[in-house]
Amino acid sequence: MTAREDTAIPAAGNSPAILARAEAKPARRLRLKWLVPTLYIIFLMLPIYWLINMSFKTTNEILGGFSAYPQNFTTDSYVEILTNPAWYWGYINSLIYVTINTVISVSVALPAAYAFSRYKFVGDKHLFFWLLTNRMAPPAVFVLPFVELYSSMQLFDTHLAVALAHCLFNIPLAVWILEGFMSGVPKEIDETAYIDGYSFPKFFVKIFMPLIASGIGVTAFFCFMFSWVEMLLAKNLTTVAAKPIAAVMTRTASTSGYELGLLAAAGVLTIIPGAIVIYFVRNYIAKGFALGRV
Amino acid sequence: MNKTINNRAWFLVLPVLLLVAMNAIIPLMTVVNYSLQESFIAGFWDWVGTRHYEEVLGSERFHGALIRQFIFTGIILVIEVPLGVAVALAMPKKGVWASVCLVLMALPLLIPWNVVGAIWNIFALPEIGLLGWGLNELGFDYNYTNQPLAAWFTVVLMDVWHWTSLVVLLAYAGLQSIDEAYYRAAKIDGASRWAVFRFIQLPKLRTVLIIAILLRFIDSFMIYTEPFVLTGGGPGNATTFLSIDLVKAAVGEFNLGIAAAMSIIYFLMTLLVCWLFFTLMNNDRERQS
Repeated sequence: MTAREDTAIPAAGNSPAILARAEAKPARRLRLKWLVPTLYIIFLMLPIYWLINMSFKTTNEILGGFSAYPQNFTTDSYVEILTNPAWYWGYINSLIYVTINTVISVSVALPAAYAFSRYKFVGDKHLFFWLLTNRMAPPAVFVLPFVELYSSMQLFDTHLAVALAHCLFNIPLAVWILEGFMSGVPKEIDETAYIDGYSFPKFFVKIFMPLIASGIGVTAFFCFMFSWVEMLLAKNLTTVAAKPIAAVMTRTASTSGYELGLLAAAGVLTIIPGAIVIYFVRNYIAKGFALGRV
Repeated sequence: MNKTINNRAWFLVLPVLLLVAMNAIIPLMTVVNYSLQESFIAGFWDWVGTRHYEEVLGSERFHGALIRQFIFTGIILVIEVPLGVAVALAMPKKGVWASVCLVLMALPLLIPWNVVGAIWNIFALPEIGLLGWGLNELGFDYNYTNQPLAAWFTVVLMDVWHWTSLVVLLAYAGLQSIDEAYYRAAKIDGASRWAVFRFIQLPKLRTVLIIAILLRFIDSFMIYTEPFVLTGGGPGNATTFLSIDLVKAAVGEFNLGIAAAMSIIYFLMTLLVCWLFFTLMNNDRERQS
């Protein structure tokens, strides 16, 4: 206690000097501070640059040796992918099941998350934990049983099968994120609405959902993301009709020798949807990654 | 928030319950069935009790995969968590540059996992990849396709590249929630940079860091696609982690009983870790409120 007062008294005496020093110190540090994120971003971008670089080279040039940029610039790989149905249907298939999955996950998770954030009910904690364990379940464990399950339901090789299979980890995640966002809305709002004569569905759609709109957006983003990046289940649940881009890529890699340029271009095109989606949620993304719990 | 007791809330949870149960319980029971039986001819099953479990738990191969898995998860946690926090601390707090950083940093998280493997495959090729070429030019003898150590280095670097941003984003979100008043008070007290971190920022980061460690632990524990595309589990078995080993046994060798027993053991381990973190998180939440 005395130590604190000892330093506090002189500080009050010549406060401008102390404050000036306090201001000067971070200013000096700021000049080097930008280096850390910059170096980190360069580290992140180098492999992506390399992929883009490869995608504009011919296979011969790639195998010919090292070069930091394309010597014979060519867009042949992109033309091939965008004009060959075997290629571009891979992207369309992926986008179809990702969209179905996002719609299902968010719409069933909304009421469930509301229940978890507002009510106590028998077994609520156990249920929530059980849901989360499914987010944590290794997909490798489920590959074979899923193939059997969806074959017996006559859904094998359909977009719906992949969309439903991805619900395994996306629904728990959606419930988790939405519950975080909903708990940030004061309960008085619900009570006032009920007193004003709103029914539950009307209140939920007209008042509550607009309040957590950013949360819903972020949740949809995460469902999109995890369904888009998951490939083990998507690949094994499909053969022809709903084949995702990953399966097209591996099959091409094995049948037509080692077409690195084509593979690189296909890779670049898989990054684009993600980049577009990130741009839309950039202001909420950090809170979303914290699962609404900040 | 004090919650109302309302058992009718079950109706709101019902759709989620049905969908997840269909995807979780039926397959899990299939796996349990496989693990306790042996099929010699398709359609005919013999009860073998815990024999598959004994076989898996006693096998060198499983021990190897398990040890490699723990080493891998340990290494990436030790690198990614401090690095992620450091980057988040140095990032601009708001404005255009903060948005630019967020968008660029989130990019690796949205790349399909097989493409992540393919990117690193190309990037690390000894003759024509920037990383492989660069390391060899610098005088290192580097070839991840036949050197176990190089393969490990590449797989770890790939995971750091892929997932550190998750920690950055979580830590950034945690830092955003700190009121400016704390920093002003610290400045007036003449607190050192370390003291600000230790007594203001770190306590606020507690919740998000628990989430970050949980997610990174679990996701690295089930890693499959990226190392499979990059190294195929090789050279030899050097980078064969649990999921790769499991898929090899199930799909490659069609050894269903063994694969199923492995799955159950694997699943129980994840469950245990989940429960530990979940309890930790709940205690944390109750302490705060």
